[in-house]
Amino acid sequence: MASSTADSPAGLSLEPQSRRVGEKAIVAWLFLAALAAVLITIAIVVALLEPAAEFFRFVSVTEFFSTARWTPTQADPEFGVLRLLAGTGAAVLYSCIIALPAGLGAAIYMNEYASFRVRQVLKPLLEILEGIPTVVYGFFAVAFVAPLMKDNWWTWLPGQLGEEPGTQFILAAGVVLGIMIIPTVASVSQDAMAAIPRGLREAAYGLGSTRMQVATRVVVPGALSGIVASFVLGLSRAIGETIVVLLAAGAMANLSILPNDPVFTMTAFIGRTSTGEIAYGTTTYYSIFAVGALLFVVTLVVNLISIALVRKFREVYE
Amino acid sequence: MPDLTERHSPVPETHHTTRDDAMAALPRDPVFVTDKLNVYYGDFHAVTDVDLSFGKNEITALIGPSGCGKSTVLRCLNRMNDLIPTARVAGTVSYHGLDIYGERVDPIEVRRRIGMVFQKPNPFPKSIYDNVAYGPRVTGMKVENMDDLVESALTGAALWDEVKDKLKQNANGLSGGQQQRLCIARAIATMPDVVLMDEPCSALDPIATLKIEELMAELRNNYTIIIVTHNMQQAARVSDRTAFFSVQQKSETGDRTGALVEYDLTTKIFESPADRRTEDYISGRFG
Repeated sequence: MASSTADSPAGLSLEPQSRRVGEKAIVAWLFLAALAAVLITIAIVVALLEPAAEFFRFVSVTEFFSTARWTPTQADPEFGVLRLLAGTGAAVLYSCIIALPAGLGAAIYMNEYASFRVRQVLKPLLEILEGIPTVVYGFFAVAFVAPLMKDNWWTWLPGQLGEEPGTQFILAAGVVLGIMIIPTVASVSQDAMAAIPRGLREAAYGLGSTRMQVATRVVVPGALSGIVASFVLGLSRAIGETIVVLLAAGAMANLSILPNDPVFTMTAFIGRTSTGEIAYGTTTYYSIFAVGALLFVVTLVVNLISIALVRKFREVYE
Repeated sequence: MPDLTERHSPVPETHHTTRDDAMAALPRDPVFVTDKLNVYYGDFHAVTDVDLSFGKNEITALIGPSGCGKSTVLRCLNRMNDLIPTARVAGTVSYHGLDIYGERVDPIEVRRRIGMVFQKPNPFPKSIYDNVAYGPRVTGMKVENMDDLVESALTGAALWDEVKDKLKQNANGLSGGQQQRLCIARAIATMPDVVLMDEPCSALDPIATLKIEELMAELRNNYTIIIVTHNMQQAARVSDRTAFFSVQQKSETGDRTGALVEYDLTTKIFESPADRRTEDYISGRFG
């Protein structure tokens, strides 16, 4: 402004010294990148919801959730999605029984007990495990885990539990899914534990806590949001995983959580059915999208529940 | 000789020493005696040959410039240095005649008897009540009435009146000074023998500092207190004895290391120090 520059001593100017074109360009580029991520997500949801809505013109929502059978490829198809939902639930249940305690235990061990050197080796190793393609795990399930379990089945178990399974069954898929997500749970949990301020840890040790007490009373409660995040991340991976359940759990839409029964999961159905054997525009074709949308909703609900849990239980340190 | 594998008596003896007592240069009834204490962090020789004794129901201040090893010495007294992977301790620290670095000594048992208050107030992100009850709970203390214990610890830390109506609230909501007094309450709730304080007022304002200092004078009746402080006036105000540490150059290698320069009654240290380096430091001529 002319008036202020007139009063100021010669040569002093507080106005911008350059137009900073480069910075503006970079900011614009960063904004576009952020915008693209949001737009792509919206586009995916729309692409999913449109054909899913088409499906619900043929099959009502009530019918979708109340029909007892899932036979989309038969002459008179029935779409009872609960069968698939239960299949996913069963496989994920077993994977969680394996992965949550093992992952959390590994994280506590690495953070509280392992020496610096051991941690330096274990952590990168876990991160490498996270990067193994899931088809490798699928193959591992079919070629190794399933036959091993089948041949050594606990036949002394009472009733149906004691029956030797076929080549594809829930437990094989669940165990391998569990092994697959252990690194995710362990690694993310340990990051959260490592962020606990040193002062809290020292306070706990200073009061005569054992390592286990420091872990269970200070570190785990303080890192709870990160630990729950690791569970949700693992759970989401298990729910969304396709190839392992397709290979190991089978394609029989059973309503069962027995470990030796085969099941058909939502992802396995999508993977199997969308590989070309289905005619475009049929109800069965649209059912793929309906199941996909349901999968999306399930993951969303899991996330919402976890946010609510974290709000209720975590201890916020400063 | 107390047995470190057994819990000590929860009732501290009230052997009251007043400042008017003619005190010997060295404590007559020492709780701790260090002998040729040396501490290394990896290759770094942090503290060299410290011989000190800390008297029962006295307040001993450790003063000196940054890097002189006073905090390191303090953290040897409850084996807090064990938490640093590269730390190594040589020499002995005897606690009521028992070497706390002895082979069969469990550092957890040591820390249950020797409480600590840290530089930055570090309450757990739990309720005020749970903070105070933490120590008794983890140590498995036989407590008849936890509410009474929490109240007496908070009263002992001069905090009860301010928090008695909000015991279930999160401790993070307290002011810095209140948080530090909570940490003191938490430390005395386990009925320790000694309370170590590592610059307990350095993060506090002058009014909160005054409160903590008044509290220390109270606690002195029941506990042995050892305090590291950067504030020389504070050492002069609260302590019975003062140990002055300084940074020295090792004669063989020229490496820097912390060492004890002079240890005496606080009045002696501040009025007529024997060592030139002490005099320079307390009169602000240190350079």
